[in-house]
Amino acid sequence: MEFNEIINPGNLVYKKTNLLTDKVLSYCPGCGHGTANRLVMEVIDEMKIQSETIGVASVGCSVLAYEFMDIDMVGAPHGRAPALATGIKRVYPDKFVFTYQGDGDLAAIGTSETIHACNRGENITIIFINNGIYGMTGGQMAPTSLEGMKTSTSPYGRDIESMGHPLKITELVSQLDGVYYVSRQAVHTPSAARKAKKAIRIAFENQKLKKGLSLVEIVSSCNSNWKLSPVKANEWMEENMFPFYPLGDIKVDGVAVKKVL
Amino acid sequence: MARVRGAIVIDVERCKGCGVCVANCPSHVIGLEHAVNSKGYHFSHVENPEECTGCTNCATVCPDAVITVYRKKFD
Repeated sequence: MEFNEIINPGNLVYKKTNLLTDKVLSYCPGCGHGTANRLVMEVIDEMKIQSETIGVASVGCSVLAYEFMDIDMVGAPHGRAPALATGIKRVYPDKFVFTYQGDGDLAAIGTSETIHACNRGENITIIFINNGIYGMTGGQMAPTSLEGMKTSTSPYGRDIESMGHPLKITELVSQLDGVYYVSRQAVHTPSAARKAKKAIRIAFENQKLKKGLSLVEIVSSCNSNWKLSPVKANEWMEENMFPFYPLGDIKVDGVAVKKVL
Repeated sequence: MARVRGAIVIDVERCKGCGVCVANCPSHVIGLEHAVNSKGYHFSHVENPEECTGCTNCATVCPDAVITVYRKKFD
């Protein structure tokens, strides 16, 4: 009785945004990519800029993002999304241009493109999903993998001496003068997802100011390759990823707000 | 006393049964079904409909955007 009263369009408080297509997401169950895709689309929906937004999808698990996001999208060669976005933004300076990249794309093969696009201060937004592993190709060690993290190419854990240190690329680019806004967020809990959405909104709003690049890192889980259940992977992420990748704003309005570790 | 009641509708065919909504529901409304959908996932279902307040936490964390939330105030 009461349920029929509650479930009617007048009482609707939350539904899937129309900017996500009806296609079933290709991500694994519990993957942060799905939430991140949805938050980006919700921001674009709320800003009413669907027809003025051009997205650049990268290579990795997010390669099929153009199937799910109902906006104009381009697929970039591996790691080259910021370079492609630079070209698009220079041809259409009034459009909102963003890239959606994972850590294998942005922090490994695309390090050079990322750093130079940031340093040039292109007026684009970069959404960076960091799960510390190469998800799509089978869980190999990424530059962002934590010390001691077991992956398929570091089965005994990442050894700093032979494999080097994990790369904190977000802190790295926050020191460049061309970067206007840098924030690190997560999407594993409701409060984290709401904060992440605010950060993404700021990153898109900043494009109107034409003062530089905005980057939002989303620390995410890769439960399939971490070999954990989705809920356990989120707990593992809180315990192990967050101490090394602390959440919060790193640079706001061109001024560093957090001392870089 | 006025009470806020909520209700959620889950698109079971799109649900992948990750259980993130179950872990994040403050009122323990959602559980995983023993049955499976056509993809073979133990989809989420509403276990305690009376407790739902329509807080939207489950929908906010759902990676596959399968949850629709309704909320109504009863006097």
